[in-house]
Amino acid sequence: MTTPPTLEVRNLRTHFFTRAGVVKAVDDVSFTVDRGKVLGLVGESGSGKSVTGFSIIGLVDPPGRIVEGQILFQGRDLTKLSEEEMRDLRGNRIAMIFQDPMMTLNPVLRIDTQMIETVLAHQKVSREEARQRARDALGQVGIPSPDERLKAYPHQFSGGMRQRVAIAIALLHKPDLIIADEPTTALDVTIQGQILAEAQKLCAESGTALIWITHDLSVVAGLADDIAVMYAGKVVEEGPVAEVLDAPLHPYTLGLIGSVPSRNRRGEPLRQIPGMTPSLLNLPAGCAFRSRCPRAEPRCAEPPPMAEYRPGRFARCIHPHLEEVAAA
Amino acid sequence: MSAVIERAAPRQAGPQAAPPAIELRGVSKRFEKRLDLAGKLARALGAPVREEVVHAVDKVDLSIRKGEVVGLVGESGCGKSTLGRMVAGILEPSAGSILWHGRDLRSLSGAEAREAKLKIQMIFQDPYASLNPRMKVQDIVGEAPLVHGLVRRGELDAYVDEQFRRAGLDPSLKRRYPHQFSGGQRQRIGIARALAVKPDFLVCDEAVAALDVSIQAQILNLFMTLRRELDLTYLFISHDLGVVEHLSDRVVIMYLGRVVEEAPAEEVFARPNHPYTRSLLAAVPRIEARKRAFNTVQGEIPSPLNPPSGCHFHPRCPHAMERCRVEVPKLREVAPGHRSACHLNDAA
Ligand SMILES: Nc1ncnc2c1ncn2[C@@H]1O[C@H](COP(=O)(O)OP(=O)(O)OP(=O)(O)O)[C@@H](O)[C@H]1O
Ligand SMILES: Nc1ncnc2c1ncn2[C@@H]1O[C@H](COP(=O)(O)OP(=O)(O)OP(=O)(O)O)[C@@H](O)[C@H]1O
Ligand code: SF4
Ligand code: SF4
Ligand SMILES: [Mg+2]
Ligand SMILES: [Mg+2]
Repeated sequence: MTTPPTLEVRNLRTHFFTRAGVVKAVDDVSFTVDRGKVLGLVGESGSGKSVTGFSIIGLVDPPGRIVEGQILFQGRDLTKLSEEEMRDLRGNRIAMIFQDPMMTLNPVLRIDTQMIETVLAHQKVSREEARQRARDALGQVGIPSPDERLKAYPHQFSGGMRQRVAIAIALLHKPDLIIADEPTTALDVTIQGQILAEAQKLCAESGTALIWITHDLSVVAGLADDIAVMYAGKVVEEGPVAEVLDAPLHPYTLGLIGSVPSRNRRGEPLRQIPGMTPSLLNLPAGCAFRSRCPRAEPRCAEPPPMAEYRPGRFARCIHPHLEEVAAA
Repeated sequence: MSAVIERAAPRQAGPQAAPPAIELRGVSKRFEKRLDLAGKLARALGAPVREEVVHAVDKVDLSIRKGEVVGLVGESGCGKSTLGRMVAGILEPSAGSILWHGRDLRSLSGAEAREAKLKIQMIFQDPYASLNPRMKVQDIVGEAPLVHGLVRRGELDAYVDEQFRRAGLDPSLKRRYPHQFSGGQRQRIGIARALAVKPDFLVCDEAVAALDVSIQAQILNLFMTLRRELDLTYLFISHDLGVVEHLSDRVVIMYLGRVVEEAPAEEVFARPNHPYTRSLLAAVPRIEARKRAFNTVQGEIPSPLNPPSGCHFHPRCPHAMERCRVEVPKLREVAPGHRSACHLNDAA
């Protein structure tokens, strides 16, 4: 291969230096996303998915900072770029759809003003042309009568409409990389399908690489090529979507899949992973999942390395489910 | 699990049965967009500018019995949060009335109104905007129980810890501020805050949307336990049809401000009647499905500012007839306890 992958994250560590101690929000995360491919990033709430996204686009605020690792975007290490170079890439070649749409939207500006400014910031077009692009982008994400709607302020939109405006802004420049953080949680499944179809079109036609952060394993199943599962700041399992969902190696992944409501009997208690997420401030030594893991053994007190158990199938576990297990 | 099966059976509404926990009668909510100065000037000069009105909720009737779980689903922007806010007493309806155990919320005296407000809690859709950024999360959770005398100051610390643990949060994090938490952690703070005042009625607006499925399972199990033990009543707004199916006794489906279908949960999922409901169920992504092409929406997505005439769904409906463009279909019973608003049911 001559061209580098769109994104290669190597041994990323992003820590928050709080008064109570160091929060290791992202602690040795590596993955690769090729041109036109979709990586589904799933995992425990609070495991560092959003912070991984913030690290890539260079928006980690103090007291947090990247303490180690490389983020290679088309071969260029983003951690080495100046703030100005980053700003140039951001919104233009790399876009993030934030979990909180109000991180993209300014509450005191009308939607049209915000979208037109975004177009003009990176493209030399007339104001009228910019307005037209904004209108088209909103149409793509299923916001009807964009002309009237464009004049509204964010608070006049429903949760899902704000989310779609944020998505439309991310799509404006057909970036090479989009990091989408829970982008469709507020959308009904028909509109969600519309957004996913647009995302697929962008990947196929513009070669955009996508990182799709979500809790919805069914969306990942249909959309992603590969999946990375995070737990307590680390990627604990990675591989092609179908294989990971059908035969998870890591006990956390298996537990996660077992909790999906459609895999449980209606009205009965849902299966849940026992115990509670450990605080990132004082993680147990060794495998962080140890206190909740039904397969834990004394060796798990040593930090398990990420190992390739089957071709292309990685897990950070010394006792993975290599025997046949049904994921249901 | 007998308790679980028992609860799925519909409760008897005998002649002397208590009034529903919540009843909505012809409830509407309109948002008017006032003209700004330029708009007013333009109109004064004769330009055809009008004030825009969104019918966020349009004449909704709904009643929820004590101990019942009603799932509310529908298109993004169809008015679910607005309806939830009115039920929780945060927004006033523009028309119609809301009865709390048979009594109009507006007719309650000061003390009763405060009581109702405390007993109906809402878990908000937006875990970012709904937490005061300047308060420590322990105060966000502990303030109301203390103010309302549900717990004494000396016991507050332990009480807050218990609320945290219940919502799956490590109490050692309680002295932090909201921005130091992830999306799903903030959502659980909102859940802990709502449960801390011991409500009777919970409006859950996408309350588990930001949680991974394992923590989601923990919270949903908690909701089911509270219902069994305390007879809690729920209005459960969600886009996740798997969750709605798992949890609800009855499901209400909205489209552009109106209720288009209502039925017991099993019935809706087994025999959906309304074409919108059917398109929803057909679009549910399945974990068993692998890399596949998603479908764009057929037809044009209508604007709430300018809703289509007749049946609001007609521009997207594969069965639309001439009549659908002019006449609003009424909600009518199509099977016992199953109502749907579609002209197709007349032909049958
Ligand atoms: N400013 C901050 N100060 C201290 N800790 C922080 C800060 N921001 C985030 N964290 C912590 O970093 C961890 C990772 O947060 P992140 O937002 O990346 O989680 P996530 O995987 O996106 O979770 P969710 O699915 O709930 O959105 C969390 O445990 C969070 O509490
Ligand atoms: N304060 C407001 N001013 C003007 N319009 C509003 C206001 N709040 C809501 N609306 C409008 O009312 C309609 C219903 O909004 P609501 O938030 O109830 O939808 P929803 O069903 O909860 O959608 P979602 O699933 O996206 O959260 C939308 O068209 C929205 O734009
Ligand atoms: S390393 Fe040990 S404790 Fe960790 S997941 Fe594997 S078996 Fe469980
Ligand atoms: S009333 Fe007509 S347009 Fe509306 S859902 Fe029924 S068939 Fe479709
Ligand atoms: Mg997040
Ligand atoms: Mg809403």
